[in-house]
Amino acid sequence: MITVSNLSKRFVVNRRKSGLKQAAKSLFHREREFIQALDNISFTIPDGQVVGYIGPNGAGKSTTVKILSGILTPDSGECDINGRTPWKQRREHVAEIGVVFGQRSQLWWDVPVGDSFDLLRDIYRVPEKRYRANVAEMTERLQLESLLRTPARQLSLGQRMRCEIAASLLHDPKVLFLDEPTIGLDAVSKLAVRDFIREINRDRRVTVILTTHDMQDIEALAQRILLIGKGKVLLDGTLEQLKQEYGRGSVTVSYSAGETQTLSGLEIVEQEMGRLTVATNGTREDTARVIAQLTGTLTITDISVKGPDAEEMVVSLYRKYQV
Amino acid sequence: MKLYAKFFSMHLRSVMQYKTSFFLMAIGQFITAFSAFLSVWFLFDKFHQVDGFTFQQVLLCFSVTLMSFSLCEGFFRGFDTFSSMVRNREFDRVLLRPRNEIFLVLAGKIELSKIGRLFQAFLVLLYAVPASGVEWNLQRVLMLVFMLLGGVCVFCGLFLLYAAICFFTVEGLEFMNIFTDGGREFGSYPMGIYGDGILRFFTFVVPLACFQYWPLLYLLEKSDSLWCMLSPLVCIAFLLPCWALWRFGVRHYQSTGS
Amino acid sequence: MKKYLSFFRIRFVNALQYRAAALAGMATQFFWGGMLLLMFAAFYRSAPESFPMEFQELSSYIWLQQAFLAMLNSWAFENDIFEAISTGNIAYELCRPMGLYGQWFVKATANRMARAVLRCVPTLVFASLLPYPYGLSLPPDVATAVLFVFSLFLALGVVVAFTMVIYIITFYTISPTGVRMAATSAAELLSGSLLPLPFFPDGLRQAAELLPFASMQNVPLRVYSGELSGQAAVWGVSLQVFWLIALLALGMWMMHRALRRVVVQGG
Repeated sequence: MITVSNLSKRFVVNRRKSGLKQAAKSLFHREREFIQALDNISFTIPDGQVVGYIGPNGAGKSTTVKILSGILTPDSGECDINGRTPWKQRREHVAEIGVVFGQRSQLWWDVPVGDSFDLLRDIYRVPEKRYRANVAEMTERLQLESLLRTPARQLSLGQRMRCEIAASLLHDPKVLFLDEPTIGLDAVSKLAVRDFIREINRDRRVTVILTTHDMQDIEALAQRILLIGKGKVLLDGTLEQLKQEYGRGSVTVSYSAGETQTLSGLEIVEQEMGRLTVATNGTREDTARVIAQLTGTLTITDISVKGPDAEEMVVSLYRKYQV
Repeated sequence: MKLYAKFFSMHLRSVMQYKTSFFLMAIGQFITAFSAFLSVWFLFDKFHQVDGFTFQQVLLCFSVTLMSFSLCEGFFRGFDTFSSMVRNREFDRVLLRPRNEIFLVLAGKIELSKIGRLFQAFLVLLYAVPASGVEWNLQRVLMLVFMLLGGVCVFCGLFLLYAAICFFTVEGLEFMNIFTDGGREFGSYPMGIYGDGILRFFTFVVPLACFQYWPLLYLLEKSDSLWCMLSPLVCIAFLLPCWALWRFGVRHYQSTGS
Repeated sequence: MKKYLSFFRIRFVNALQYRAAALAGMATQFFWGGMLLLMFAAFYRSAPESFPMEFQELSSYIWLQQAFLAMLNSWAFENDIFEAISTGNIAYELCRPMGLYGQWFVKATANRMARAVLRCVPTLVFASLLPYPYGLSLPPDVATAVLFVFSLFLALGVVVAFTMVIYIITFYTISPTGVRMAATSAAELLSGSLLPLPFFPDGLRQAAELLPFASMQNVPLRVYSGELSGQAAVWGVSLQVFWLIALLALGMWMMHRALRRVVVQGG
């Protein structure tokens, strides 16, 4: 169980201007700027949930992850993860979490991956029996068999990411933080990583906090979405709820005859010779209503329906909140 | 300790992936140290003694300094290159492990090629111990051990200090070279030869003289004051403020994340 | 010529960005020079008659050395050149409309000049304020000063030409670091940067003065104070010219061969 209440964090940035004169000035008088990275954030995450933590660059995502993982101390507010305050009991806390940074590696570059795993076992004091069972399980699920004997530097990005995730699960963490785990991966590796995360969540009841810019990750994994912008939680709900409220779909038809002027109550997005696109709110009922009206008025030769697109939805959300 | 051995073997295996490169680097280290040795030798070829210290006595000092420096440089490498660890956020990873941070930084980087320098220091020590004219007995041997230990403490403290400063700024750190590289270079000679002001500075502020000049006076029976005998303890005490500043730095890092 | 100049300007502006580093560098060099002089003073006390030069001349030598360290040291290599070689990005560099040798040469020279110009003035000013015989004195006459400046630039040329040879050797070796370290420490010792050559034992000293390394620091720093004057100075500077041409020729020839290999092997 993760409880976050009224978390705030402000960074001080020393402004620096170019030019010799300004540099001399800044020796005595510093111009400071404050950046409110987190502004009174609160949420609760029950055990075993997969949460997609999204927001544009600089919204405060990584600040939150750092605070929750004990690296960073907030200015105010409280946080309780499995009965501990991360930054106060850091060492005990980090023994129970796993963290994967998509852009940084925790594996040793020049030694076989299996040896890196062994070292992690010793660092986290994982009992031998648990360790063996875990490695066996990961090896099977992620097809690591041959990779374990290969130095990390010879792995492809996709192979390496599979090993990274396995490495962060060796000590049976209760919470797993994934920071852009699919960045730069090819389509096959992405799918493999997503499947694995889903399985691990299902079988081990690991709570997963996933930050990503890839909306397909969110669609495939997140049971719940936290949208953060300008340091505030803007939205908290399931993807379905989001779609209902903010999703937009469309129906495009090609027609051979009929008058479009007589259509009423429809929002026409695009119209050209013999082609018409009408917006829907993305739900099935609304789509059916639009299709019914179109087929009633026009002689249709071709029809295509587009559901709400997560990517577009997020863009329109960002726009709405001006983040 | 067992975990450290594990880390060590990982480093060893990493290095063995590039054997030729490793040996060439170790040889390079040896040559670098050797040219420093040569310049000392050349000077004594002309002058024979400095402030009452003979060539062999200075070599005793030279080897103690070089040995403790290269030990630190090899095993404390993580602190020596700490600015990159802060800059590329590798230190975040350290904070994510359930172990002591100093231990993790320490074990995370070991530069084995420094063995070239260490080997050189060992050879010179081997020559200087009998040639220096010291009448060795148990106390004096112990004193030599304490000198080495003290030297390791001072240089480790300096590296720790350097790393602590990295938490606040990564600019202008070059001045720390005065004490680390400078300590190695100028520590080749007993600190007393640089004059009283410098000696005082390197006794009370950065206690480089406390593991070479003062104990050397005791070894050579130039002084039998208690201070000379106990001065290596100052080196060990030097670790304390350095450690405190490091702790302070870690806390600063955790509150600013920079 | 214009493209070389713009290269220079960019490097200079770049170096200006790192003011704190420059400040720290100057503090370090000042301290370093001071410690060296105190060390030599101790030796001087022990046996003044064995001192191979005037103490004042030594002081000038040390301070100039510290002031122009960024320009004349033999250990500063351009990391991006090494990188270009080891990663094969050299292919891109070959696309630019200037010869690779000239391009790298200018790059390295510009970098060294930019760093030195920024750092030398304060160090020189400070050093000249120090009491006799520890400070930096003026050169004895104008002719010496002119010869010094000439010799200084020759030294810069020799240093850069030397580093160029090292870069090109990396084409052929798997471990650039080892080669680099060995070459650097030899240069450090024999150029007189650890210990001025007059302090070397006889025989060794005469031999070292003939080597290209002596052209890197030994000649200009001793010409300045007039310690190396008259025929000896002319001889030293001529040797510099000789080594500059020799190293340039060697570097270009090696580069030519190395590039042919790169082209043949396809990088």
